[in-house]
Amino acid sequence: MWDYVKLIALGAVTIGAAIAANYAHDLAYMVNALTVMLAAAVTFIWVLRHAEEPRVDRSHEYMDGVIRAGAIATALWGVVGFLAGTFIAFQLAFPALNFEWAQGYMNFGKLRPLHTSAVIFAFGGNALIMSTFYIVQRTTASRLWGGNLAWFVFWGFQLVIVLAATGYLLGATQSKEYAEPEWYVDWWLTIVWVAFLAVFMGTLFNRKEPHIYVANWFLMAFIITVAMLHIVNNLSVPVSLLGSKSVQVFSGVQDAMVQWWYGHNAVGFFLTAGFLGMMYYFVPKQADRPVFSYKLSIIHFWALIFLYIWAGPHHLHYTALPDWAQTLGMIFSIMLWMPSWGGMINGLMTLSGAWDKLRTDPILRMMVVSIGFYGMSTFEGPMMSIKAVNSLSHYTDWTIGHVHSGALGWNGMITFGVLYFLVPRLWGRQGLYSMKLVSWHFWLATIGIVLYASSMWVTGIMEGLMWREVDAQGFLVNAFVDTVEAKFPMYVVRALGGVLYLSGALIMVYNLWATIARQPATSPAAVPVPAE
Amino acid sequence: MEHYSLLREFADSWALLAMMLLFLGVIVWAFRPGSSRIHQDTASIPFRNEDRPAPDAGTARATAKDVRS
Repeated sequence: MWDYVKLIALGAVTIGAAIAANYAHDLAYMVNALTVMLAAAVTFIWVLRHAEEPRVDRSHEYMDGVIRAGAIATALWGVVGFLAGTFIAFQLAFPALNFEWAQGYMNFGKLRPLHTSAVIFAFGGNALIMSTFYIVQRTTASRLWGGNLAWFVFWGFQLVIVLAATGYLLGATQSKEYAEPEWYVDWWLTIVWVAFLAVFMGTLFNRKEPHIYVANWFLMAFIITVAMLHIVNNLSVPVSLLGSKSVQVFSGVQDAMVQWWYGHNAVGFFLTAGFLGMMYYFVPKQADRPVFSYKLSIIHFWALIFLYIWAGPHHLHYTALPDWAQTLGMIFSIMLWMPSWGGMINGLMTLSGAWDKLRTDPILRMMVVSIGFYGMSTFEGPMMSIKAVNSLSHYTDWTIGHVHSGALGWNGMITFGVLYFLVPRLWGRQGLYSMKLVSWHFWLATIGIVLYASSMWVTGIMEGLMWREVDAQGFLVNAFVDTVEAKFPMYVVRALGGVLYLSGALIMVYNLWATIARQPATSPAAVPVPAE
Repeated sequence: MEHYSLLREFADSWALLAMMLLFLGVIVWAFRPGSSRIHQDTASIPFRNEDRPAPDAGTARATAKDVRS
């Protein structure tokens, strides 16, 4: 019965999307509508072919199929995102790469949001969804709740990514940083995210462990807060149901404040709380010892949750935002030093008594370096939020360097570690294909980040100083173009750092593929039964 | 603007106090007597049930130790 309801709904969506594509007001909307039509049609056929299949009780095994799909998606979107980033880094150094024949589609302005969304949401988001599904099952000792709802979350999220990416290239954007997708993608993401929350909470309610492991607290905060941020920041009224354009409900400085309340907490709850959930599970697992202090993890959690949500105004120093709000944002950012470093210490000290493992285990080394970068970027961030520092650093490349030491160092490295941890387990293989290649990946990525961050420090501080330099009469010394010219060598170094980071990721993809294709399977008794 | 003043006043008085007390309460609760034993048990959750869900009878603890690689 339920299958027929689904079929009717999917058929209606397919036809509705086809009609919408026909009457579309703009190209981006038309392409998005055609994508939705295709997705609904494929799902329709899948549901039709599997209709009325007898239900098998699988509650005695974990649902790992969707996590395997998540691992593949994470690795592949990662490469796409890094490639886009490296390409736009070269575009900045060599403007000729903004090809004339691709003007309006592949120039820097169009590709930049594609890069940020690909790495944050496609790579980071898939890593988070995959890890959440893995961690919540293992720490509650029960199968994912909701049957195939987890698959809906996975494929629904991929659809969000494809709609957003094609939309950007064709000009559908609401021009909000990290929230560029237009209204219909926002609505769809809301549905997918609520399903994600339902799968997570349902599994938690079914748990067979009396206590909720700390990783789940961070993951829950991540899912709930991102839902709240997403809905409030995307309050907009579509101009037409047949076009991609929408108008924001907030305007002026309120809009700016809501945007950076969202933007900073996307960093705080998506890229920090969610990834801390990963840290609290995978680092103890890889080090084979429980977390350093469980009490500290509880205080870490609550302190982070209480403070992060207030830090957003530091993105709007010296703007129309009231002074008291700017100061509030600055103070809360500085207070964030405490939980951030508490969490870093907790992660690092988990290795106390097992530091020798760093010599032999490149996966653990990756995780530890990622925690190190977490500590460094959460030191740098509050420092940059101090108004006096911000007057030098704001609008310069220093900010970009800061973001990348966090994103490449903390989020990237821990995700690589998790992929190396998960793939042999999920596919039932005897360890990774090559530890040597993991070492190569580790060093390429680390050197890449160092090149990136150091070149951006140099160019950021240089351009900040050049902008404010005045001569004896009080006239500005430099024109804007002088700073652009002076930055060229650092831009090349930055792009080369990106090349190193990308090559590391390609080595990882090869290594993971070879692990699945060439490594012998573990003895059947220990293999998690491949579900689905 | 009256709503603003009212909410603002509430936010930096009672709401601030409530959140502060809640936060301090969390810390006190984390350090309550007897918590260490529970925390030790909770911290070792990742090292159980790696391969399959626990059986229904609430015997999560009894499952075999995980295979580690």
